[in-house]
Amino acid sequence: MTEASTIAVGAETSAPAGHDEARSLTSDAWRSLKKNPIFWVSMALIVAFLLMAVWPSLFTNVDPAEAVLKQARERPSANAWFGRDIQGYDIYSRTIYGARASILVGVFASIATVLIGGAMGVIAGYYGGWLDAVVSRVTDIFFAIPLLLGGILFMATFPNDVDSPYLLVVGKVVLVLSIFGWPGLARLMRSSVLQVKPNDYVQAARALGATPWRIIRAHVLPNALAPMIVVATINLGVFISVEATLSFLGIGLTPPAISWGVAISDAIVALRTTPHILLFPSLFLSLAVLAFIMLGDAVRDAFDPKSR
Amino acid sequence: MTTSETMARESAKSSGQTYKPQDGLLLEVEDLHVEFHTPDGIARAINGVNFDLFEGQTLAILGESGSGKSVTAQAIMGILDMPPAVIPKGQIRYCGQDLLTMPDEQRRRTRGPEISMVFQDALSSLNPVFPVGWQIAEMFRVHRGMNKSDALERAVKLMQRVQIPAAKERVGAYPHQFSGGMRQRIMIAMAIALDPAVLIADEPTTALDVTVQAQIMALLQELQEERQMGLILITHDLGVVANVADKIAVMYAGRIVERADVYDLYRQPGHPYTKGLLESIPRLDQKGQQLAAIGGLPPNLMRIPEGCAFNPRCKFAQDVCREDRPALLEVAPGRESACHFAEEVLHG
Amino acid sequence: MYKYILRRLLQMIPVLLGSTFIIFAMVFALPGDPTAGMCGERPCAPAFVAKFKQEHNLNDPLPTRYAKYMGNLAQGDLGTTFRDIKVADELKQRYPTTAKLAGMAIIFETLIGVIAGVMAGIRKGKFMDNLVLVSTLFVIAIPIFVIGATLQYYLGVKWGLRPVTVSPQATVNELLLPAFVLGSTSVAYVARLTRTNLVENLRADYLRTAIAKGLTRRRAIGLHALRNSLIPVVTFIGADFGGLLGGAIVTERIFNIQGVGGYLFTGIHNRDGVSVVGTVTVLVLVFLLVNLLVDLLYGVLDPRISHD
Repeated sequence: MTEASTIAVGAETSAPAGHDEARSLTSDAWRSLKKNPIFWVSMALIVAFLLMAVWPSLFTNVDPAEAVLKQARERPSANAWFGRDIQGYDIYSRTIYGARASILVGVFASIATVLIGGAMGVIAGYYGGWLDAVVSRVTDIFFAIPLLLGGILFMATFPNDVDSPYLLVVGKVVLVLSIFGWPGLARLMRSSVLQVKPNDYVQAARALGATPWRIIRAHVLPNALAPMIVVATINLGVFISVEATLSFLGIGLTPPAISWGVAISDAIVALRTTPHILLFPSLFLSLAVLAFIMLGDAVRDAFDPKSR
Repeated sequence: MTTSETMARESAKSSGQTYKPQDGLLLEVEDLHVEFHTPDGIARAINGVNFDLFEGQTLAILGESGSGKSVTAQAIMGILDMPPAVIPKGQIRYCGQDLLTMPDEQRRRTRGPEISMVFQDALSSLNPVFPVGWQIAEMFRVHRGMNKSDALERAVKLMQRVQIPAAKERVGAYPHQFSGGMRQRIMIAMAIALDPAVLIADEPTTALDVTVQAQIMALLQELQEERQMGLILITHDLGVVANVADKIAVMYAGRIVERADVYDLYRQPGHPYTKGLLESIPRLDQKGQQLAAIGGLPPNLMRIPEGCAFNPRCKFAQDVCREDRPALLEVAPGRESACHFAEEVLHG
Repeated sequence: MYKYILRRLLQMIPVLLGSTFIIFAMVFALPGDPTAGMCGERPCAPAFVAKFKQEHNLNDPLPTRYAKYMGNLAQGDLGTTFRDIKVADELKQRYPTTAKLAGMAIIFETLIGVIAGVMAGIRKGKFMDNLVLVSTLFVIAIPIFVIGATLQYYLGVKWGLRPVTVSPQATVNELLLPAFVLGSTSVAYVARLTRTNLVENLRADYLRTAIAKGLTRRRAIGLHALRNSLIPVVTFIGADFGGLLGGAIVTERIFNIQGVGGYLFTGIHNRDGVSVVGTVTVLVLVFLLVNLLVDLLYGVLDPRISHD
């Protein structure tokens, strides 16, 4: 009996690898995404929150900074749809205006972490060797500090002042979320690169003298992008949630910046008597986080039908 | 043996059914059909398979992937995922009793003590997180109610029986710590632990090196002779079974297309498909010649061709082959073929 | 196995040094007044600034300062606040409550999460599965302080089923609701992870073997498949411990629990930077320690890892 005597009938035809595969995977994913109602629900929510962030005046013409102390804690009415909070602010208006901070923080922290994490992952995975060892250890170190604890530490060391400009306050939160949020994406990117790198078409491109940047752009990124997008989308929700938590603790966004976290923190004080103050910012915050997590889930299912 | 153990064994025995083969007849598969109901349609994996298996007999089932050979094995073992699999028709009788209509609990008790199975890839077929000895001993603990240490002792003996060196020391090792051949020996030890009457080996050597393949086949044959088991060898590789099997059934598109004694089939195939398989084996005496391969692809099980399923690939095909499906008929003493032109294939 | 433990311990050292260095650098080495935000709303008293500079060796070169900082940490000296209270003493008093809370939360997340995940996984695609998937999605999306405040309002304030706040004694009964709140997000993750892994393992070859061995369905799933499915769950619980510590800060604030988290919140609120930095440092160290333990446990649970 020798190897040659084996009748290899019906051998599986090997699927063509490379970008064609990645491309058809993308179009397949888009086709199944279009059929998924969860995708459309989350997209609708996200568009609504983006509009709120960009043009809050589209939704309300009440000034969120206008406090009517006399009417503080008023229940919902035709005058103030969601009622008024303990300082007499219009809750509806504050909730609409609060979207801006969450969306800004979420979007910019996600972009920053994708750039940092992606670059670190590519460097570690593609070049390997001592560079991989160093980058991976640095990733481990940042990974060891939980996001919220890192956030607390940073914000407590560099506290906001009452007269800090809005963008500085938001920028600090984005900065700290980026500093402690990238390691997960770096690990993901590194493993994607390691998976793609040994493939024949990558080796062939290297042998033909393609530059590393070209190989990464043409062969590595198309294959590694899908999981990256999924995780980054879900992270966007997580960042919004962490921002709100920091604000809730009194060190993320601080007044006069308007934030759902701050509103919820204020509402808890009045929970026993006027629970309606808590309801609307909580609802909007949860829906915003939910929208991004659902979107990420839907995209993942589309790219990996097995996981359903 | 402790009292509690004796009692456990008694109770295991008393609640279990006893099976006795009539005239050595262990297994009768009759008109078996298996379908897979998928979102894309119904795949007809097995379309009326018949065969018998006797004590001490080795039956090889040969076919390419998708021919239904593994599904047949899984249907006998009762490990098909249902759904999507459906068995719309047919019987599988073990010692006269239909396994398919048997209550689940009674059927479960046949797995291991009566019918047992060895799988292709021993690494993935063994549980990675339990020691191999523990996995073998589990057979005794579950079916015989033995305590842990007695069961482990039996496991060591079985490991020695399948020629695993230093079995006593390695009884606590994990599957990934063994070589491929050793792992397959452990699978075999587990399968024969309770002295089953029927052993099914589904491509037992496909994942192994060529030299190890021969050793594993020799071991299977030795155990089969020692225990007079009925052995079903599922394979896509004629070479593997040539020295071991008594009878060969060749499957194509969910049907047996030819059945014969090994020697006869090799010497004189009675079906164009078998003939094609044999001709595609490289031979030393035909060095330099073009290797004959069977043209075309195996049929899509959702759209099996009308008439003879093999007709689109067959060089003997005539109009009758596209209209009538040939039955599996005796074409010579002791051999059957499902071909309208079996005579010509045999003697041509 | 010993080799594995040793390797893990060695790998831990750079992470430990690195993460403490990040904390050190962020708080003491970055430009700016290190005592900003350390003494409440007003600037620090000159006496405290002088003492702080002396205590933290701010006049020494950077490497010396880091070495001395690590020396202090090793001796359990976490600094003295502007109110002249040793942070370490405060933490010593408070950690049992937080340990109890976190322990109970982990019990909740493991028990409920695994049970829900198994119930969903063995009925993939059926009602129970969808119920678990949808409800966990919501729990993940709703920030923990919203869940906490809502449950506190309904179960505590409105229906009086649970104590609204926790007394300084922090009995197990009082901590039930807070621990449930604290564990809620993790329950959802554990349930989803258990489900995914179980579904995957139910398709595994070795499970087919287990059925072919004549095992009952209960034994095949409950022992063979579940044992394999729980390995990633254990890893998750370790990695998630950081999130749990962050959640404890929020939970202790909502339920007014006198633990480490409550202390940290008070520190943030009073702008008492020394206590914030000290506490966060300890929490990061605890997180690292727990992860080391989980890593070792992982080696025990998955023989493929530790026996190579």
